[in-house]
Amino acid sequence: MAQQVSAKEPTAEQIAEQKIYQQFGVSDSEYELICSFMERKPNYTEIGVFSVMWSEHCAYKNSKPLLRRFPTTGPRVLMGPGEGAGIVDIGDNQAVVFKIESHNHPSAVEPFQGAATGVGGIIRDIFSMGARPIATLNSLRFGKLESDRVKYLFEHVVSGIAGYGNCIGIPTVGGEIMFDNSYDGNPLVNAMCVGLIDHDKIQRGVAKGVGNPVFYVGPPTGRDGIHGATFASVELSDESEAKRTAVQVGDPFMEKLVMESCLELIDSGIVLGIQDMGAAGLTCSSAEMASKAGNGLELYLDQVPQREEGMTPYEMMLSESQERMLFVVEPKDEAQAQEIFDRWGVICAKVGKVTDDGRLKLYHHGEVVGNMPVTALVDECPVYNKPSSVPAYYEKNATVDTLRYEEVKDLGGALKSILASPTVASKAWVYNQYDYMVRTSTAVRPGSDAAVVTVQGTRKGLAMTTDCNGRYVYLDPEVGGKIAVSEAARNIVCTGAEPLAITDNLNFGNPEKPEIFWQMERAVDGMAEACRELNTPVIGGNVSLYNENASGSIYPTPVVGMVGLVHDTDHITTQGFKNEGDVILLLGDTKAELGGSELQYVVHGVTEGRPPSLDLDVEKKLLGSVLGGIQNGLVNSAHDLSEGGLAAALAESCISGSIGAQVHVESELRSDFLMFSESQSRIILSTSKDKAAQLTDYIAGQGVPVQAIGIVEGSSLIIDINGASALNESVAGLKQVWEDAIPCLMK
Amino acid sequence: MKFAVLVFPGSNCDIDCYKAVEETIGEPVDYVWHTATDLSAYDCILVPGGFSYGDYLRCGAISRFAPVMNEVAKAAEAGKFILGICNGFQILTEAGLLPGALLRNNSMKFRCHDTSLKVVNNKTPFTTDYSEGEEIIIPIAHGEGNYYCDDETFTRLKQNDQIVFTYSNNPNGSLADIAGICNEQGNVVGMMPHPERAVNSLLGSEDGKRMFTSILNAWRDIHGAASVR
Repeated sequence: MAQQVSAKEPTAEQIAEQKIYQQFGVSDSEYELICSFMERKPNYTEIGVFSVMWSEHCAYKNSKPLLRRFPTTGPRVLMGPGEGAGIVDIGDNQAVVFKIESHNHPSAVEPFQGAATGVGGIIRDIFSMGARPIATLNSLRFGKLESDRVKYLFEHVVSGIAGYGNCIGIPTVGGEIMFDNSYDGNPLVNAMCVGLIDHDKIQRGVAKGVGNPVFYVGPPTGRDGIHGATFASVELSDESEAKRTAVQVGDPFMEKLVMESCLELIDSGIVLGIQDMGAAGLTCSSAEMASKAGNGLELYLDQVPQREEGMTPYEMMLSESQERMLFVVEPKDEAQAQEIFDRWGVICAKVGKVTDDGRLKLYHHGEVVGNMPVTALVDECPVYNKPSSVPAYYEKNATVDTLRYEEVKDLGGALKSILASPTVASKAWVYNQYDYMVRTSTAVRPGSDAAVVTVQGTRKGLAMTTDCNGRYVYLDPEVGGKIAVSEAARNIVCTGAEPLAITDNLNFGNPEKPEIFWQMERAVDGMAEACRELNTPVIGGNVSLYNENASGSIYPTPVVGMVGLVHDTDHITTQGFKNEGDVILLLGDTKAELGGSELQYVVHGVTEGRPPSLDLDVEKKLLGSVLGGIQNGLVNSAHDLSEGGLAAALAESCISGSIGAQVHVESELRSDFLMFSESQSRIILSTSKDKAAQLTDYIAGQGVPVQAIGIVEGSSLIIDINGASALNESVAGLKQVWEDAIPCLMK
Repeated sequence: MKFAVLVFPGSNCDIDCYKAVEETIGEPVDYVWHTATDLSAYDCILVPGGFSYGDYLRCGAISRFAPVMNEVAKAAEAGKFILGICNGFQILTEAGLLPGALLRNNSMKFRCHDTSLKVVNNKTPFTTDYSEGEEIIIPIAHGEGNYYCDDETFTRLKQNDQIVFTYSNNPNGSLADIAGICNEQGNVVGMMPHPERAVNSLLGSEDGKRMFTSILNAWRDIHGAASVR
């Protein structure tokens, strides 16, 4: 029988009688189940350990049935979900490793540290696989950029990301940001990291070999971040402010040393298993490593480096102090491992041993203070199939006529309003705070459709992007989910890369509400279908639920992080128009689709109706034709049409290229619909005059609608519709509106 | 000619400097650990950018006490070429090998983007392959690049032609738009912009290449070898 250590801690009996477990988010039935696995009542440390292992964050108890719907395999997939990060083959014995993870709740309470440690955590996931991190991206959501609180959150989240990424020396190369009232009080901070690895260096988080020592690496454990995983699995409330101690504090300098020393350790070939201490710290890493090997593990908590005096086993097991790793080597290799960490000045302590009894056993001051079955901790958390029901708003939206709005006559004015909307406006204010060039491999910098990082020593590159339009997903989760994957693929293809795979971050509200669970189900179905059609399996990801605030749930925001392979750096393409006289081609069909559009939000002040439709067959053909055109050397610029539609895309290509365009379109649509509809599966290309016919034939030959709509020339964006002048704006003027929007709001 | 790239805990542009030497002039180059006590084998010492010691206390304030810095001082004394880039510049000022100090950017924010620099002094061993007054594109990435010195020092800098680069559009509040300076002898240069990030047009600019060819040419001039011009 395990002993109680601290007099202050409630006894196992008190925990049962007073239902103290409920404070940790453990339900009555879960508590019963834990008792039966334990064959007794758990003590305070043990219930703490169970509660984090059985939290949504670690156990995916509400989302597991949905996650099984994703395609997770493919000819290139070397490792799917389950380890720190997924891995995809890129040829020549190399592979790309990537994952996205959320730090929403910590960032809502303490934005700088919340965002910083989000970056630190995802970087650890990548190097714990043995990969060298080569880039990070992020996906951020904030409320309307008007209130002081939103500005504060925005400013400090950005500087938290910058503070961590810049210091550790991994370029922050891309991302996306949307601003919408729906995220007021519950911002989303999702961070993605991409790494490179040789096939033979791939590591797993396994505690292999009975009797082998278990080592702790990194700074001492403190009382920070206790119950972070549980905190992430409840709704934010006024009391959240009081849970600031559940937010960890990051030290990117330390992580740089831990990263370099761990990569050197892995390079030496002596590591049997390695895992980072992320959510639920020592608890999760030790239990998962033991579980994956089918073994048990003993931890000697007195040996755990401690930052503060008198820490209890409970505190040590639940601390989420940052920059820590756990690894296993054979006893003969101990000295070699120790030497590496000594040289880097990083603490490395032997804290445990692999056992064969399938138990996670904790020792403190010579006594057993915890003794739990590993499988119960890792695999036996109940999985819930939550009830689901169609939300009333969705039914109501079926009858909303999104074409009823009075015609916008001043198209130039509307374009400027959209370019000045923080969601569409230049994000230079943000990314100029990130070092996006360190490691000297960034071929396409932030601000184009996707970033491209070159693969050293080859002619290859990796394109990467994050995407999701939460408004579309809200209006129709299934279609919105499809669009998120498709738009990511479009961005990847526009840079000249072949989409490989995705990682996803499912940000939703409280899954216990049937309407929210319905959103999750439908969004996952839509994403899964798109992933199957576009051959981009899901190789890993993260689920963040309970994203709610006083006014309700956030828009469902399943963020897609996609990586693509540029087969030759000569294929790298950007969105800016390049040369005077180039022909502009519009690919895809424009329909009158305003539901969830930027025009609807900015000009008409609503988000309603149904989002644009998406046909995956059409999308697939579009992607194939654009990639083929680029790879055949026929394309000078490529840009996908997204928020703000055709007008915004043309403006962005003009601004990025510092050159004008003369555009003539024929259409039966009302002019404002034609300009700002957000119909999917559309891309604008520019090509030199002598290649225009060849490119047009090639694209049309793939069954993709294509029309020449104008010429790159001059210094203004001039658009005629059906022969009549519709819009005439100087590029310099548009650029100013687009560039000044965020800096002005942040002054 | 042999190059050393110093590695402090937290250096993160060490790899970029190493690659730049290899790619631009192909001369031998080694990483040299902050604990090294002998730099006699090297002709040029690159002090790279990054966040040595986490920039804790003050950028470069802890690094100056690293054992290797005594050797850097000796090398400077002996007239060897020393180039400090970004954090390397901050370290050289903290070590007293260059005058002045780098303060927080006046925007109080980290800034990363291309900048246009004017080559003010093309007579240092690092800049001979540029023309005087030439404008070149070299990126910056720093939070503390706001160069400051007192009036007396500034007068000396001007008199001795120690201002090597200035910004065309001052990004950080630097005194007199200063982006890079040298010591009185001209063999020690510190600059906030990153020439090692500007050696490949695929990545944006190759205007930094000529810093490396300049260094090699200056060394060959001294040692009587054929020039790479």
